[in-house]
Amino acid sequence: MKLRRNLTGWLYVSPLMLVLLPFFVAPLLVVAAASFFETDGFGGLLPNFTLQNYVDVLSSGLTFNLYLATVKFTFFTWFFTLIIGFFVAYFLVFHVRNQLLAIGLFLLCTVPFWTSNIIRMISWIPLLGKEGLINSALLATGLIHEPLEILLYSSVSVVIAYVHQLTIFMIVPIFNSMARIDKRVVEAALDAGASRFDIMRLIIVPMAKSGIALGSIFVISIVMGDFFVVKVMSGGGSASVVGAFYEDIGVLQYPTAAASAVLLTLVLVAVIALILRTVDIRREITR
Amino acid sequence: MLDDSTASSSALACEKDSTEQKALTRRSLLKAGAALAGAVVGSEVIGAPTIWAQEIKDIELRHVGVSYSVVKAIGDQASKDLGFKVTMQNLDTSAAINRFITQPNSVDIADLEGWQAKLAARRGVIQGIEAKRIKEFDNFLPIFTKGEIDGHKIPRQGISPYEALYLEKADSTQLHDGVTDWLTNVPQVYNADSIGYRPDLVGHVVTEWKELIDPKFKGKAAILDVPAIGIMDAALCFESAGLITYGNKGNMTKQEIDFTCNKLIELKKAGHFRATWTTFDQSVQLMAAGEVVIQSMWSPAVAAVRVKQIPCTYAPVNIKNGKEGYRGWCNGMGLMKHLTGKKLDAAYEYMNWYMSGWQGAFVSRYGYYSPVPSTAKKFMTPAEYAFWYEGKPAPEPVTDPYGVPMEKVGTVRDGGSFLDRVTNISCWNTLMDEAAYMNKRWNDFKVA
Repeated sequence: MKLRRNLTGWLYVSPLMLVLLPFFVAPLLVVAAASFFETDGFGGLLPNFTLQNYVDVLSSGLTFNLYLATVKFTFFTWFFTLIIGFFVAYFLVFHVRNQLLAIGLFLLCTVPFWTSNIIRMISWIPLLGKEGLINSALLATGLIHEPLEILLYSSVSVVIAYVHQLTIFMIVPIFNSMARIDKRVVEAALDAGASRFDIMRLIIVPMAKSGIALGSIFVISIVMGDFFVVKVMSGGGSASVVGAFYEDIGVLQYPTAAASAVLLTLVLVAVIALILRTVDIRREITR
Repeated sequence: MLDDSTASSSALACEKDSTEQKALTRRSLLKAGAALAGAVVGSEVIGAPTIWAQEIKDIELRHVGVSYSVVKAIGDQASKDLGFKVTMQNLDTSAAINRFITQPNSVDIADLEGWQAKLAARRGVIQGIEAKRIKEFDNFLPIFTKGEIDGHKIPRQGISPYEALYLEKADSTQLHDGVTDWLTNVPQVYNADSIGYRPDLVGHVVTEWKELIDPKFKGKAAILDVPAIGIMDAALCFESAGLITYGNKGNMTKQEIDFTCNKLIELKKAGHFRATWTTFDQSVQLMAAGEVVIQSMWSPAVAAVRVKQIPCTYAPVNIKNGKEGYRGWCNGMGLMKHLTGKKLDAAYEYMNWYMSGWQGAFVSRYGYYSPVPSTAKKFMTPAEYAFWYEGKPAPEPVTDPYGVPMEKVGTVRDGGSFLDRVTNISCWNTLMDEAAYMNKRWNDFKVA
């Protein structure tokens, strides 16, 4: 009986395993192996075990600065997508009385995603530029006398592009977890004299935790693993962890690039583990 | 057309192929014989003899490289003229060299810059090209084949096309200094890069690199963010401003790299750079939207800004007192090692088609040059040739390769004739020995 149960369990996970093992685990192992090799300087890997690549990556001030820049973008993006995502989901679940309308509005949130990521990012450029729409409008109203350069090719524009791209990844899981909150709990709290703010603080946020955690994992891992948005929206004025090792690959320095990639993977695993420690997603979902 | 030895080898090859695929039938023997006969008879048209065409119509060549050099319209024309299929695939510079080295069998013709040819040879992924099978080889500008022109020695800072051209033997892995019978690549398109600026906003003529780092353009300047060549643009600026003299801008020492990147960081912290750019489109965008008034720029990008009716000038940075000069680059076609038999013959046909003029004329119409101007000339109107190559005022309106009007009558091309341009190249695109270190320092500049 017990054996049967085990077998069914394995059967359930086997399709996913069949995909993950060859297409995810195996490449990771190859990268990990390459990070311990030496290079001949023009693309060849010499299979001599060395820790030098890790020493180089970990002992360089550049690595620290790159992580600092990437973490800064990640934090701000996470913060704004969380605030916007949470309130959009809250409105859809608790303020739109008609279920059908709520679903309709929810689908409306996905409309921007019918175009490509890149187009949605690039379309900010004519809006934010020196001679862009926002600056022209502000100049015309006389609020400013010099165009604001901070709007484009700065950290501001990078965060704007990320928030625009990634808020949906917060909305979806938070909407999902809020939709499962029993409305009668909220009513009972109201009857017991709780304020709107208390309800939010003591009922809704704790019960939407799993959605917040899932959304955070999406947003954080996407921003940490991206280089393109930073490159374009910062006007090349900032770099990112991934951008730096992509450039290493460009000059065929595979082992250092591999060591950087392994390091980034470990950092992300640690961050996600931290999120999962605070929120037991499994328990929340099966609640 | 084909000489006898190659004709018979191709016939043998196709006989071998057909025996491998099916039993040696009477038909395949006939075909082989016919191919031999056809090849020996030869024909006068550009392309291939008809029987040969029967043989190769199923061949597909994959030409892989950067978008400004591997152009779909050229591949389409080649397919039409040659009777076999050419597919163009575009990747950025670093993705391309990685593809050639890590997946050599997924490429037939590798589009290589000099430094990439050096690496590809080192890794043994390309085969030597027989110079005598390249029909126009004697008509190539001596810039490429001898490293000189009109007695003027072409500078060798960085990797000049001549330096990266020869191999000692067909399977050598090291470049050879001096003329031999074996080539790493067949040069197909080249140009000289400098600075683009908005004459209406700059207010004076720019002929020196140091203008790019002049404090009066604070917050209005941009530099190219492809580390390997951006650092050379920066070096040209600092040398021009008299801050440093480099031993070899194309192969800096660690100290020189440190000096250059520290100086860049200083400039960045002072708010000098509005942005850096990596793609052609970004550079056009920066200039057209008024974000910058001066930046490293490529000739066709300057033209693309002008097409939008926005004034933009390509600075002629002729060499003066041992400073300034253009940063030159050249892309050529390399043959991947796995090409044999009919496919190899087709690749030679393709390269010979490339050198026969249609492609040369096509790339000239957006401001690049052909290494064989004598054949490109045949496919250009006298007015076009006068404007693009001779530096004369345009006798009639000039259009781009797709027929869009570009320049008015009487316009003179920036930088003068192609000889003026080429003889003023002071360094060539390259990959330095200290590339890894240089990348690291360049990223320091990026995150500063």
